Amino acid sequence: MKLSFRRKAVNAVMLALTGVCTVLAVGMLFFILGYLFVEGGFSLNWNFFTKLPVPVGEVGGGMANAVIGSAKVLLLATCLGVPVGFLAGIYLAEYAGGAFANTIRFVTDLLNGVPSIVIGIFVYTVLVAKEGFSTYSGGVALGIMMIPIALRSTEEFLKTVPVPLREGAMALGATKSRTIATVVVPAAIRGLISGMMLNLARVSGETAPLLFTAFGNQFWSPGWKQPTATLPVMIFNYAIAPYPDWHRQAYAAGFVLLTFVLMINIAARSIVASGFAHKTR
Amino acid sequence: MASAVTIPPTARPKGRASFLSRVFSGDSMAQALALSCATLILVITALLVGELWVHSALAREKFGLRFLITSVWNPVTGEFGALPFIYGTVVTSVLALLLAVPFGVGAAIFLAELAPPKLSDAMTFLIELLAAVPSVIIGLIGILVLVPMLLIVVPPIKDAFGDHPPFFFSGPFYGPSLLAAGFVLAVMIAPFIISVSREVLLAVPRDMREAALALGATRWETTWQVVVPFARRGVLGSVFLALARALGETMAVTMVVGNTPKIATSLLSQGYSMASVIANEFSEAIGNLYPSALIEVGLALFGLTIVLNALARLLIVATSGQEAK
Repeated sequence: MKLSFRRKAVNAVMLALTGVCTVLAVGMLFFILGYLFVEGGFSLNWNFFTKLPVPVGEVGGGMANAVIGSAKVLLLATCLGVPVGFLAGIYLAEYAGGAFANTIRFVTDLLNGVPSIVIGIFVYTVLVAKEGFSTYSGGVALGIMMIPIALRSTEEFLKTVPVPLREGAMALGATKSRTIATVVVPAAIRGLISGMMLNLARVSGETAPLLFTAFGNQFWSPGWKQPTATLPVMIFNYAIAPYPDWHRQAYAAGFVLLTFVLMINIAARSIVASGFAHKTR
Repeated sequence: MASAVTIPPTARPKGRASFLSRVFSGDSMAQALALSCATLILVITALLVGELWVHSALAREKFGLRFLITSVWNPVTGEFGALPFIYGTVVTSVLALLLAVPFGVGAAIFLAELAPPKLSDAMTFLIELLAAVPSVIIGLIGILVLVPMLLIVVPPIKDAFGDHPPFFFSGPFYGPSLLAAGFVLAVMIAPFIISVSREVLLAVPRDMREAALALGATRWETTWQVVVPFARRGVLGSVFLALARALGETMAVTMVVGNTPKIATSLLSQGYSMASVIANEFSEAIGNLYPSALIEVGLALFGLTIVLNALARLLIVATSGQEAK
């Protein structure tokens, strides 16, 4: 039986179109990367990491305070969000079952779906309204955003650990918690680490929750109780300003932030890829 | 009745206990710690909903449901109606879906059905990197590259329509607009649609494809008439997830939408979105009613995304349950 010309043509055209879609999607990535790397790369210089921002009209300056501010906020967020999500994930994967576990999963998905700006409002009403803009409130906001993903990735990776491993440990007399700490978690460690890295990469670009928590600052912000500049908020403020020199700085900041995010992403994915190859085959 | 054999409790091995074993020696304590972390998530979420509810009380009592359907937003006279923001959010999100869905599903079909596995994995990796680009960076490119580009491209298209352009393409064009926001959102949600749809398509059983091919269908007919219908609920789920993300997206939209609270039918007009108005005005909102009104906008946004997320998950779960057997 011969295919009609029309069917052959439709087949070829539509299949080619799907290919075009894919090329466009990937092309978009290269466009964004390429543009940012060219513009940002030329704008970036050593001052960016060592100098404070300068007032409007003066050329030069850097965003050293924002780099440090972002690092502090992310450090606090990781210290708050990762342990909570990790332990809760252990609870779901190893202990819980039934309705309570499903409730937690459901609520975690809910929390994960909350728009980041709403998390910002929440932290504002709880912390900032009483004590003012501060570095730690920014850390808390991002920490809350890290919990759901930390939980989900912990649970998923622990579930890939075969049950006989647990049974083996327990048959040797280990308690349940000891089994988890010395057998289950080490067996899944690559996945867990990569999950946490992806989590960090995701929140490091978050801007909306920082707008009314960490706020912004033209100067250094010692300690945790003062408002601080962060890279994403700086990019936002500098990009919407009408000054070409600020746009140049925004590109440089975007370049730094994107390099950080993409490097973590690539590292995390290569860790987990090598881990699975090693474990399952 | 079998006599129970009593097993003497295993003596714990003597010797130097490692740090971990000392910390975890209390088995029930470890469980309690894990449980308390799990409970903390419930507490945080409950607190979040509670705070939004309590702090929006003033606006909710003063305006009632009118808040959602009136369009005057005037902090000076204390009149607040959220309709322009709801309108802007819906229009930009729908526009983003119109742009991203055909394109995303097309790419997903290519990656799941046609591309050799190695190429497919490599492309998916790149597309997932695109999903990882922070929204503020998409916004940066949006305002400094896309908007100037639209300013060159749009006027000739408008002129081509002559004196009576269609309602969605009329009025003056200054650059920042609902159109620009829709484009930016489309770039942000397309990677989600592609990677989730690809997973769903890959989960369609092989037999289905083989049966269709054996009956003489072409590759495209197999895909379009057998595989895609089989996976449609999952694909729809990915679209809902993307929509939920688009609705809550703040920074990229704020940077290109023009931030003007008005309702205009033209996509070239400036607009505003629910998330952007909070981002722009919340830290400067003074008095009691103004912040309360903004928090109510947040509450409405929260409700909207929750509903969409729940719907999306139900669809995806329903589909994966179906492919399991």
